[in-house]
Amino acid sequence: MSNVRVLVGTRKGAFILTSDGKREKWDVSGPHFAGWELYHLKGSPADPNRLYASQTSGWFGQIIQRSDDGGKTWFQPGTPAGEPTISPEGMPKGESNKFVYDTSPETGKPLTTHQWYDGKPHPWEFKRVWHLEPSLDDPDTVYAGVEDAALFRSTNGGQTWVELPGLRGHGTGAQWQPGAGGMCLHTIILDPKNRERIFVAISAAGAFRTDDGGTTWKPINRGLHSQYIPDPTAEVGHCVHHVAQHPANPNLLYMQKHWDVMRSEDAGDTWHEVSGNLPTDFGFVIDVHPHEPETIYVVPIKSDGEHFPPEGKLRVYRSRTGGNEWEALTKGLPQENCYVNVLRDAMAVDSLDQCGVYFGTTGGQVYASPDAGDSWAPIVRDLPAVLSVEVQVFS
Amino acid sequence: MKGGIIHLVMPAHLRTLAGVSGDVTVKVEGEVTRRSILDALETQYPMLRGTIREHVSGERRPFLRFFACSEDVTHQSPDEPLPPEIASGTEPFFIIGAIAGG
Repeated sequence: MSNVRVLVGTRKGAFILTSDGKREKWDVSGPHFAGWELYHLKGSPADPNRLYASQTSGWFGQIIQRSDDGGKTWFQPGTPAGEPTISPEGMPKGESNKFVYDTSPETGKPLTTHQWYDGKPHPWEFKRVWHLEPSLDDPDTVYAGVEDAALFRSTNGGQTWVELPGLRGHGTGAQWQPGAGGMCLHTIILDPKNRERIFVAISAAGAFRTDDGGTTWKPINRGLHSQYIPDPTAEVGHCVHHVAQHPANPNLLYMQKHWDVMRSEDAGDTWHEVSGNLPTDFGFVIDVHPHEPETIYVVPIKSDGEHFPPEGKLRVYRSRTGGNEWEALTKGLPQENCYVNVLRDAMAVDSLDQCGVYFGTTGGQVYASPDAGDSWAPIVRDLPAVLSVEVQVFS
Repeated sequence: MKGGIIHLVMPAHLRTLAGVSGDVTVKVEGEVTRRSILDALETQYPMLRGTIREHVSGERRPFLRFFACSEDVTHQSPDEPLPPEIASGTEPFFIIGAIAGG
């Protein structure tokens, strides 16, 4: 019998929701790390009991937490209390919350600057980890997307982190600028068929791809059109909100941009718009059905100035045609007086035969659909504002 | 005043991270300053490294303040000797989160 575990990050802690494969009755544990912002939690595909969590605070900075038992217990994968921080050989031990940009002339790039909101140069400053993406094969290898935008990797279970500086230093970094939420690297996709290929997305810079395991990178934003930047078709500067890939067809990507829902069939080399009949094409989340590469989900949000569903109706829109033709999914969702938002990492799909779809709102609800979106029910209604939702299926 | 057992009061979130339920004591060798106290604290509780001072710069995190003997010592030099009551452990050294939000 399969079991389902939903990992929920909120503004005031983490919650773990578990059910059997029917996904009707749920157990709720939490809050874990009460009072802290949990930007993201994610489990290792290679070991479902290995979980990583990004715990942050405006007061105390970044903490990385790890669980090796499916979320029952957690620890910081650094030096244990009472042990010296320097090994007998003089090497520093784990400091799991140390994210330092690589400025070395040998492997890194000088930090220089990126653009601030007003277009002025601004120095790179680490603020927090937005997204953790465990390796598809190795539970001890995990990637971290951070603000100010950069990509880090740990190969020792989160004890220490090293930047992949080719991304930040590939040449366009000086033109990147923060979106309203900060200059964050929020999307990391590890290609399941080509282990050397990684996709990332940054707000507001765009999408990028490496084909050599993270050494060199290139922007993949051709076809994006953003009317709010000086050159609407610029190579970088686009406010990409989220990107999703179907694992069986990894060249097929879908993007929720600030405005516009986009599709690429060539691993991001070119994009075209598939917003079609959506009531608004602004939004944050996008995800793909695990068994149907042409079935995708978005949650339209009224506008960049009004972050809530149009007409106060919370509707997931589903396309079974890879975009352009969309249907509203409303059964079980509030259809009046609903003014929540669904943030970019707050939707997930499970891999059961009858696909489950999950999303969380800034109003603290986590909704689940055990039938691919046809009907919905809240698992919980009154959590703190939800920042992220991930789901695991395990036996 | 040289050396001593220092009595420290920390915000609840830092106590949780350090795995302690109340105030903590740390042993400081040499001059008792903010820097030497925080060095001793981070050695005893390495999970706190980076949460009070930035990893690379060593600068105080912006929303934290330090008090000693009812005085705000946040903006003193980190190498300024602290009052003898702190060094002797008769008065605690406070690490305080700035009040923000409602």
